[in-house]
Amino acid sequence: MKDDCLYGLVAEFESDAQLKRAAEKAYNHGYRKMDGFAPFPVEGLAERLGKKNRIPLLVLLGGILGGCSAYFMQWFANVVSYPINIGGRPLHSWPAFIPVTFELTVLGASLTAFLAAFALSGLPQPYHPMFNLPEFARASQDRFFLCIEAADALFDAVQTRMFLEGLDPLMVAEVAK
Amino acid sequence: MIKTLRPNKKREPPMSQLGYPANLLAPGETYESVNETIGSIVLRNRQPAPWWVGFVFAFGLLMLFFFAVSWLLIRGVGIWGINIPVAWGFAIVNFVWWVGIGHAGTFISAILLLLFQHWRTAINRFAEAMTLFAVACAGLMPLLHLGRPWLFYYLFPYPDTMGLWPQFRSPLVWDVFAVGTYFTVSVLFFYLGLVPDLATIRDRARKTWQQKFYGVLALGWRNSAAHWQRHQIAYLLLAGLATPLVLSVHSVVSLDFAVAIVPGWHSTIFPPYFVAGAIYFGFAMVLNIVIPLRKIYHLESLITERYLNNMANVMFVTGLMVTYGYLIEAFMSWYSGDVFEEYMMLNRAFGPYGWIFWALMLCNVIIPQALWSARIRRNPVTLFTVALFINVGMWVERFVIVITSLSRDFTPSAWGTFFPTIWDWATLFGSVGLFLTLLFLFVRFFPMISISESRELVAEPQKANAL
Repeated sequence: MKDDCLYGLVAEFESDAQLKRAAEKAYNHGYRKMDGFAPFPVEGLAERLGKKNRIPLLVLLGGILGGCSAYFMQWFANVVSYPINIGGRPLHSWPAFIPVTFELTVLGASLTAFLAAFALSGLPQPYHPMFNLPEFARASQDRFFLCIEAADALFDAVQTRMFLEGLDPLMVAEVAK
Repeated sequence: MIKTLRPNKKREPPMSQLGYPANLLAPGETYESVNETIGSIVLRNRQPAPWWVGFVFAFGLLMLFFFAVSWLLIRGVGIWGINIPVAWGFAIVNFVWWVGIGHAGTFISAILLLLFQHWRTAINRFAEAMTLFAVACAGLMPLLHLGRPWLFYYLFPYPDTMGLWPQFRSPLVWDVFAVGTYFTVSVLFFYLGLVPDLATIRDRARKTWQQKFYGVLALGWRNSAAHWQRHQIAYLLLAGLATPLVLSVHSVVSLDFAVAIVPGWHSTIFPPYFVAGAIYFGFAMVLNIVIPLRKIYHLESLITERYLNNMANVMFVTGLMVTYGYLIEAFMSWYSGDVFEEYMMLNRAFGPYGWIFWALMLCNVIIPQALWSARIRRNPVTLFTVALFINVGMWVERFVIVITSLSRDFTPSAWGTFFPTIWDWATLFGSVGLFLTLLFLFVRFFPMISISESRELVAEPQKANAL
């Protein structure tokens, strides 16, 4: 396969423990553009691959935005836009505004969590090179994969293959772009 | 390596102190057996005969619902038995009942997730689906009760030409936001959990339409470590957000009553008592759905006895809380020294609707006492029966709260009676049809147990068998 058609090299493993070990070794070896694939969330795998996530911060911001806009909306409606005197009661009756503020805080935070989980992963994504590998279908069933991308600075078709084969995988394969 | 994943078959499964098998997964399950058991229900064409019987029955009821609603839209709410003083009839009874059913779903999927209760794994998916469909049924009820349902958007704050805003100080408007948020968050939570399983189904599908259908829904999920990391943190955060949300929703619903001054409604115990009641019969509804499904689809190896027992325990404990609520209501009506409160309680128990009150006591307080017995908790048939009584009982409870209280408030000259018409019943049973139809379609087209979480249990048998 020509190098510019190559997406990366993939090693297949039988268990989550093997994949975790492989990921750790690859990271320590200096590989950065790589990803692990497992049929269930393997604890600590993403950390071993050096992946970070910013979702908690985004969710906090989403919640604050939702809550503030809800409170502002109620204050604006009752104090500025349509003030109405009912038995001399205060227009800015904040305790009555709490339930809606709470609900919209939760709504803002939840929508952010949901959208961020997909958007940051680049989903929905109709095409991805990994699916060119027929064996990859088992990543969603019972097998574990480690892929080192050709775009990685250390990537070398021969060296990387030798490295992956040294990790005791079931097989190593090339993935076309 | 595979061998170590399989628990040794010769060893006896661990037993709990109460003497039921403690495992969440039958011995000998592998990744592939789990995938196959759950995935094949979705991918194979032929559904078992009970599915068809159930679906046809549910679909018939759904048609009844459409019929009742069409007639309602033509003639207006006068076709129902509502009147003045009982302006809130079946529609509100049904609304409160349906929205409560949803709560056990969120309780299972969110609160038990946060508490690391692994026994939620096999039941969280249909509990979530149940939540979704129940809240959809609930949301329809007040809309139909509006009289002009096509103007429901008046409830939302939007820049309208009348220059008006919703009354943000009213619990009825809080309800719109609470139920709307609850429905949205339930959809998000359900779909987020479903995506990895849709990818599993996509990769197992052999027919083109299935590959396309599940492929589109799976959004290109490829089980990458980065995807999983974001998925897990988002799922956990959604669970954390859904937990206070679920408590707030039924609290707000109860405020619809508690903020009013009607005797029998105006009570501070309502929010916690409504939430406990919701979880109580929500679990009953989960049991009523899970027990037949487990039997029809032979899922005993995934939904083990331990699940049933744990659900029965939660149901029983929340049931005792509800009983406490009844006692306190009766006590407070006497202790308040308020003549209207005292009369409300007497009227509730011995008035024209008295027999309904005693039916409620029978269904919700007396029959569930059978759950003290481990034999009854462990037998699916008896557990199913008790759960059915609780479901009926909780509907009756809402009837007692709404109808009995409204029919006799302060001035005897303003008293009235409510009698349901055939259209009231058609709407109630029709909404059950809507709920069941959606549930049957869900079971047919989507994996009803979380496949990825079941694989996690296979990978970590110590989690599956921890007590």
